[in-house]
Amino acid sequence: MSSDVILESGIGVRGAERPRRRYRLVRHSLLLAGRSLTKTRRSPGVLSDALFMPIIFLLLFVYLFGGAVSGSTHAYLQYVFPGVLVMTMLLAGMLATGLSINTDIKKGVFDRFRSLPIGRSAPLVGLVLGDVIRYVVAAVVLFATGYLMGFRVQTDVPSALAAAGLATALGFAMGWINVLIGVLIREEVVVQTVAFLGIFPLAFGTNMVVPTDTMPGWLQAWVKVNPVSDAVDAARGLLVGGPVAHPAAMTLLWSAGFLAVFAPLAVSAYRRRS
Amino acid sequence: MSYAFQANGLVKRFGKTTALAGVELAARPGTVLGVLGPNGAGKTTAVRILATLLRPDAGTAEVCGLDVVRDAAKVRELIGLTGQYASVDEDLTATENLVLIGRLLDMRKAEAQARAAELLERFELTDDAGRRVSTYSGGMRRRLDLAASMIGRPAVIYLDEPTTGLDPGRREEAWRLIRSMTDGGGAVLLTTQYLEEADALADEITVIDHGTVIASGTPAELKRIAGGQTISVRPRDPGRLAEVAVILHAVSGREVESRRDMVSVPVGGDGDGAFTEAVRRLDAAGIGVTELSLRLPSLDEVFFTLTGRHTEEVAA
Ligand SMILES: Nc1ncnc2c1ncn2[C@@H]1O[C@H](COP(=O)(O)OP(=O)(O)OP(=O)(O)O)[C@@H](O)[C@H]1O
Ligand SMILES: [Mg+2]
Repeated sequence: MSSDVILESGIGVRGAERPRRRYRLVRHSLLLAGRSLTKTRRSPGVLSDALFMPIIFLLLFVYLFGGAVSGSTHAYLQYVFPGVLVMTMLLAGMLATGLSINTDIKKGVFDRFRSLPIGRSAPLVGLVLGDVIRYVVAAVVLFATGYLMGFRVQTDVPSALAAAGLATALGFAMGWINVLIGVLIREEVVVQTVAFLGIFPLAFGTNMVVPTDTMPGWLQAWVKVNPVSDAVDAARGLLVGGPVAHPAAMTLLWSAGFLAVFAPLAVSAYRRRS
Repeated sequence: MSYAFQANGLVKRFGKTTALAGVELAARPGTVLGVLGPNGAGKTTAVRILATLLRPDAGTAEVCGLDVVRDAAKVRELIGLTGQYASVDEDLTATENLVLIGRLLDMRKAEAQARAAELLERFELTDDAGRRVSTYSGGMRRRLDLAASMIGRPAVIYLDEPTTGLDPGRREEAWRLIRSMTDGGGAVLLTTQYLEEADALADEITVIDHGTVIASGTPAELKRIAGGQTISVRPRDPGRLAEVAVILHAVSGREVESRRDMVSVPVGGDGDGAFTEAVRRLDAAGIGVTELSLRLPSLDEVFFTLTGRHTEEVAA
């Protein structure tokens, strides 16, 4: 019926000329991710946190705590590296994504996207996918720095890639929490504060820096339920040896859970935002 | 009789602010509707509802017979939007901006590129097409923004204050481009704060204030309501002001107004004849002038006539 009305008014209509192509949401999301990547390529400065964060974390942790915790910085590097990997991946995605979404949707260009016949979630998914480059940069820098400082993967390359992949999966899934914050909150500064407050207990309340049994009881309880601890255990197992199956499964389960809850929430908040 | 777009009784509240309190708007295919109103009148809110970006609290809006809330997805196939604030991506080039939109509209890559090139040519941006938009002047950015809303050959185009911030030369140029937008049979909704702009571009004008329609009609009808045009003359020799006043009074038959070194008089309806006559008589009397103009009433004057208030008071 609609096309009759349109044709009656004598207007060339895009719907009529252009048959609907398939996999539209995927295609649109990838196009918008491409836009994100182009922007990053033009101003690579936005990647500086992904570049420097792993270096600073490694240097800081290894030389600050190394002597106290493990007696030697070299031994401690083996212990702390998997944890730094997980934390870096969490921070790499979370901090940047919430912020870039917040600044982006305030601009008119998102109004135009929202007025186009594309999936409501495509602009958000595009932004989040575009940020995947941050994980890649952070992981490469981290492994390179670790190698220079003396860290050696005890297992094999596929396991090391799996460790990075697992950490990225959790970072990507938890990144949607910040996407939600970025959509809901109007002030950029507040977005950053809320993101920090949310991330710190998750990222640091783990067995990443020191073994759990050195902590007071209440903190041990938190560390045990914290999904980031599972990811650290899994990464440790995959990089230097140890149990993998259970913590890896838990990490994936948690990631799926975060994604299933926060991605739809973020999309619907974005849809309702005026 | 079918409208390209139509809004009935639109109401929208933001907390305590009532942005729209029952607005009616409509335009036929191939025509331009000018929505004229001061700051805060509700222009942007109306555009956003018609562009499916906001839901109305009450009332309905249709684009080509499709409801903007219920059939939002289909409506988006039919519209193009140029928002009040730049809706192009500063970090991309002009070509990248247009191709991205074309591809989001499901064009094939080659098709999107061809369409982008065609519009860049038409909007005179071909030479700068490969430059980042952040290096563009305000006028170029605005032209690109206009082009971007046309990529998909939409049936309805919304332009929210498309010339605000442009200098007069650039504004004329934008007007020329906007006029050509209806060539394909599409309808344009244009918001503006200038009666002059609405007069230059619109087939019909709706004046809104505080979220309600206070007048609507053709530009000619509206000008008639607002007291037509005004002739203003500034003689080179201020000593001859009295003579000028006599001539202007004779030509228009209305009360003249003298302000410092300038004399003005309103002329009813079509001011061209009176203007030509005034010029002829000034010349015959040998009165040199430094300024001589025939102008439309400003939005402020229209407002004053319609509501008894000035727009400044409205905005405050
Ligand atoms: N998202 C919003 N939240 C709260 N109030 C809003 C919102 N958007 C608009 N308003 C209010 O609604 C009223 C109408 O705003 P609108 O932007 O539609 O006016 P406008 O005619 O476009 O004005 P301008 O010429 O300044 O662009 C104003 O009082 C404005 O403050
Ligand atoms: Mg506005």
